[in-house]
Amino acid sequence: MSTKSKMILSATIAFAAIAAGTVATAADNEPELPKHEWGFKGPFGTYDRASAQRGYQIYKEVCSACHSLNMLSYRNLEELGLTDNQVKGLVSDIQIADIGDDGSAIDRPARPSDHFKKPFANELAAASANGGKAPPDLSVIVKAREGGPNYVYGILTGYVPFDKLSPDTIKTFNVTKDDYYNLYYPGHRIAMPPPLSDGKVTYADGTKNTLQQEASDVVEFLAWASEPHLEQRNRTGVRVILFLLAMAGLMYAVKRAVWADKH
Amino acid sequence: MASSHGAPPVFNNKVIAWIDHRLPIFSYIDKEYNTFPTPRNFNYFWNFGAIATVMLVLMIATGVVLATNYTPNADLAFSSVERIMRDVPSGWLLRYLHMNGASFFFIAVYIHIFRGLYYGSYKAPRELLWMLGVVILLLMMATAFMGYVLPWGQMSFWGATVITNLFSAIPVVGDSIVTWLWGGFAIDNPTLNRFFALHYLLPFIIVAVVALHVVALHVHGSNNPLGIDTKGPQDTVPFHPYYTMKDGFGVICFLIVYCAFVFFMPNALGDVANYIPANPLVTPTEIVPEWYFLPFYAILRAVPDKLGGVLCMFGAIAVLFVLPWLDTSRVRSCTFRPVYKWFVLFLVVDVFALGVCGAHPPEGWYVPIGRLATVYYFFHFLILLPVLGKLERPLPLPSSIAEAVLLKKAA
Repeated sequence: MSTKSKMILSATIAFAAIAAGTVATAADNEPELPKHEWGFKGPFGTYDRASAQRGYQIYKEVCSACHSLNMLSYRNLEELGLTDNQVKGLVSDIQIADIGDDGSAIDRPARPSDHFKKPFANELAAASANGGKAPPDLSVIVKAREGGPNYVYGILTGYVPFDKLSPDTIKTFNVTKDDYYNLYYPGHRIAMPPPLSDGKVTYADGTKNTLQQEASDVVEFLAWASEPHLEQRNRTGVRVILFLLAMAGLMYAVKRAVWADKH
Repeated sequence: MASSHGAPPVFNNKVIAWIDHRLPIFSYIDKEYNTFPTPRNFNYFWNFGAIATVMLVLMIATGVVLATNYTPNADLAFSSVERIMRDVPSGWLLRYLHMNGASFFFIAVYIHIFRGLYYGSYKAPRELLWMLGVVILLLMMATAFMGYVLPWGQMSFWGATVITNLFSAIPVVGDSIVTWLWGGFAIDNPTLNRFFALHYLLPFIIVAVVALHVVALHVHGSNNPLGIDTKGPQDTVPFHPYYTMKDGFGVICFLIVYCAFVFFMPNALGDVANYIPANPLVTPTEIVPEWYFLPFYAILRAVPDKLGGVLCMFGAIAVLFVLPWLDTSRVRSCTFRPVYKWFVLFLVVDVFALGVCGAHPPEGWYVPIGRLATVYYFFHFLILLPVLGKLERPLPLPSSIAEAVLLKKAA
């Protein structure tokens, strides 16, 4: 082997090693999202209504203090299996800002046709109450993040307390005692304090209120909020594909028959 | 109605005969879509013209209904799309058909273009037919780009920022052009309004150019997998029922794949960031165009100079315009071009490599691979194609389509 080709070879190996090293560190920094089993995945997926109803309870009691759900109306909750009267009962204690008949600002009890009440009067109020940045609206949050439901579940369950962090992690990500460290948040330092914990809510149906259960329920609810027509879409899709397959078979037979004298 | 090869049709229905005597639309349909002599040896690649036509009609039909429910206002566009998804009856279906329809329209057209490249469909006497096709591709790109802006998500906004800013690379008048495109000094409501208007207009211009494309096609008829001219009735079959039925089968197979995406993974081809409302103050970590633009995006970024990158990106399409004159080989079909065949297939690999580079941030290996693939893309068209046509020894051509078909049957 000539000196020149040796040089080229070693340069190539060095380059490949550096490239491989870069890839390896990039992978180290991003822990894999938890793989949760979701009933709404796949062509036959459906939402677990009981879980989503518990998820609404969590949204109402916890998330809605800061996060809006602008695209939804209270009437949409009927799609989760609640009756009209149950929805009316759920919203009866919510006061909505409106304009009265005489044009003055009033507060009135919520109706099922109202959009979900916003936690803050406007974007600026939301930002100033939350350290300068408004908490994101949750209407399509499950569709708006890489990893979807697993990401949201990961964020809700991925907090690590400061005293459990390794000195190395603290140094790499500049974590202080006042920061919240989350395994799955890009950059790891997240402004949102841990919203859920064991026993954060009390379920009426007796379901055990562990952190994992609460996170799973609220993600089920938010997944439904992001894609409320998923079940109808799946049902229609199965019929459409079956029809098209039958039609394809028929067209193939017709095509064969038509071409029979030409082949 | 009865008709045979070449003879004018005789209409038994008196009303049709009366109309046709004054406005020969029925004679036209009979001549161009019924008895039209078509080479008998098409393979399934020849389905994609019909498939692309079906997708164009589907995009216009869903698009018109979506437009009746959409609000082209920077404050309302995002929520109006969500309202279509949630509250308009079957709105989710219309929106997902349209959104995924764009991708599948491009899939059909890219396969259609590959078919033309591989079987030399662009060569004399079909140069104008091919060039009209490139015009359609350009119009499709403009339409798709402006359509992607309409939901006013983060990728809509920042994609529009990147693409419109490309024009600022033009010396002297660049900045004025950008201001003119935006309708102001930033991307805002006027930009959204004009993009909506143009997104509604351009598809109808595409329909007009498609009509010219078909007129040009029907002068000399279709090319075929052997790339040799038809020599008489023994080489052809009437378009109906032979190819109407075969196209029907192909269209339905294509729709199966398309519907699998629409119903079971409608967001798989899109970017999650477009479900975040546009925010001019927050730049996404990565700005990536839709998948069908990725190879061109990679060419844009392969050149370290802005103007150079823009010129190369548009050059990648411009080179297709002059393709009929770059290819010096007199043989059309790659079936009889033993060397060039492999280079065409390698060009496909090259374009896929460009696509992968376009999808990733320009770091590490993606930089040299993207540059190499860009150089190869232009090398293929500007150097390889003219030179190889002179050097390559094509295989002997069959004397007629009928002969080749009969030989295959005997084998």
